[in-house]
Amino acid sequence: MVKKIVSLCVIAVLALAMLCSCNAGGDSVTLYVYNWGEYISDGSEGSLDTNAAFEEYCKTTLGKNVTVNYSTYASNEDLYSKISSGAVSYDVIFPSDYMVARLAAEGFLMKIDPAKNVENYQYINEDFKNLYYDANNEYSVPYTYGTVGIIYNTELIEENEPDIGSWALMWNEKYSGSILQFNNPRDAFGTAHFYQGTSANSENEADWRAAQELLKKQKSVVQGYVMDEVFNKMEGGSAAVAPYYAGDFFTMYEENESLAFFYPKEGTNVFVDAMCVPSNSQNKDLALEYINFMLTEDIAIANAEAICYASPNRLVYENEEYAAGMNEIHPDAMDILYNYDMEKMEYFYDLPENVRNLQNELWEELKIESSIGGAVYIICGVIVVALAAFFIIRAVVKKKKESAM
Amino acid sequence: MKTLSRIYMVLVFALLYAPIIVLVLFSFNERGSLNQFTTFSFYWYAELFRDATALGALKNSLYLAISSSVLATVIGTLAAFGINNLRSRYIKTVIRSVTNIPMMNPDIVTGVSMMLLFVFASTMPFLPLKFGFVTMLIAHTTFNIPYVILSVLPRFAQMDKHLTEAALDLGCTPAGSFFRIELPYVLPGVVSGLMLGFTLSLDDFVISHFVSSPDFQTLPLYVYTQTAHKVKFSMYALCALMVFAILILLLLVNFAGSFNLGKSKVKRKPKTGVKENG
Repeated sequence: MVKKIVSLCVIAVLALAMLCSCNAGGDSVTLYVYNWGEYISDGSEGSLDTNAAFEEYCKTTLGKNVTVNYSTYASNEDLYSKISSGAVSYDVIFPSDYMVARLAAEGFLMKIDPAKNVENYQYINEDFKNLYYDANNEYSVPYTYGTVGIIYNTELIEENEPDIGSWALMWNEKYSGSILQFNNPRDAFGTAHFYQGTSANSENEADWRAAQELLKKQKSVVQGYVMDEVFNKMEGGSAAVAPYYAGDFFTMYEENESLAFFYPKEGTNVFVDAMCVPSNSQNKDLALEYINFMLTEDIAIANAEAICYASPNRLVYENEEYAAGMNEIHPDAMDILYNYDMEKMEYFYDLPENVRNLQNELWEELKIESSIGGAVYIICGVIVVALAAFFIIRAVVKKKKESAM
Repeated sequence: MKTLSRIYMVLVFALLYAPIIVLVLFSFNERGSLNQFTTFSFYWYAELFRDATALGALKNSLYLAISSSVLATVIGTLAAFGINNLRSRYIKTVIRSVTNIPMMNPDIVTGVSMMLLFVFASTMPFLPLKFGFVTMLIAHTTFNIPYVILSVLPRFAQMDKHLTEAALDLGCTPAGSFFRIELPYVLPGVVSGLMLGFTLSLDDFVISHFVSSPDFQTLPLYVYTQTAHKVKFSMYALCALMVFAILILLLLVNFAGSFNLGKSKVKRKPKTGVKENG
């Protein structure tokens, strides 16, 4: 009997293994694409399904059976841990600028020379070539770029408020309790750096301390430190001012038309998300084909419309239909996305380790020193006392009962 | 005091269920917004069933949860049987604590160590291990086993040893007595271990995060990656559906549990009678 069970188990495991290997095999090629969540036109709500379109394109034009395996990540750091662990291999990834620099420096990216190997690379705006993270354009092809600006509610902020147009709006005590701030150190310190006129990539400790002072000062007027909650708070009007990405402003504007957006005159942050091929990719040629396909007019426009972020692709921003469509969402959409002063935009570099540690330390200090911090201790104390009282009373009652019996 | 305790109870339940109720309520909101409820509609549910990636992830999740919990139940039940029959009390305690370690271990430690193990194993020439379903299955089975043992072992300990001895005396083979005496007796424990394993595997995120591959994405992994940008409202619909599914499963388990309890009570009575006579 036992032998039977054992052999049955062995058979089951073997069958399972066979099943898995069968699934992995087959004559079609699988292209592994690893992108941000919600960062492509995927066919939802009647849009174009770009991955299906690519499979179709491979079948009809290249005569190949290709399956796109599309998976997503939530942050650059997630992507980094996946790539650097070497557990799985991807063919196309979409890291942000500083992450391209880090991955390339550590040898995780393949040199693809897009100028030579990706036909549609010629349509990329010159502003997004030869950037700091890929000075010789060897590793990456820009996919989208985004800029940080200030979103405010015109019903809650006075019309002739002099601080509109400046980071000062986020420090204005008049709007105490309805200002939101980023809940991650890099972006939050960024706003303070821009406001005080220092570089967000500064390696000078005094600059960082000054920025922390500013954030501490801001803390009394801030309603909360948020990331995703910003959508609900701004759409619902429970907050009046928040720094966020231009592309996401349109999503909020669709829900609440009294929101407005501006780029602070002191300067702000810009980032690029680029397409790269990891060095352990199994299908370099197909990956390049995919990158090229993403830059073709129809596909790039579908993506730009789905994501609402700006596209560095000339085929997109010079397309009149696209411009008309965007301006339908918001009358100044094209202006906000494409018409800004590049001189005032700063990229966030991957900070050197000592600066990053300093930043995190200052951030912790800022967060812990909150008014909630004290309350937490009080609540904990109350709970402990209540529990102790409960057990003591119970023991006393029990004893009384026992003695009564 | 009574009203106070009632208020307390209401408060606890309100805090426990408010998020879920909000989620379920707004999954029926036609306009994707959390601020105002406009029209009741199934729009997001329809949108969910058009989302092939989410459905694929759901299928993978169910597939993995069922196979890993069944596998863990088989291994865990046999292990509990073995542990229960150990003669030395000392070794028994040691083994019981050792099997508890994976349960107490932070998920992240289990996840990272599993990943390192698999990365190492995949470099072996004779082991064609690829990240995907197999690694997920191994990881999930591993963290499920202690829970199965935990729920089965007490049933074995409760069992009257003389029952097996009597069966063996009467000419039953050891394997036969396992299937006819022990297994039916511990069945409630086995079932609850299976259910526990199923739900744990279904909602595990941390360990899966480390051992998954793009070939095999489970639902928690998929939902997590959605948070990079604004979470789709069809995810609300999906979570609402899962809440309902779990609710139904729980009701079923509770009914099955009370049914089993009634049966075993009837069984136990004559047994104690026999014992007293002996």
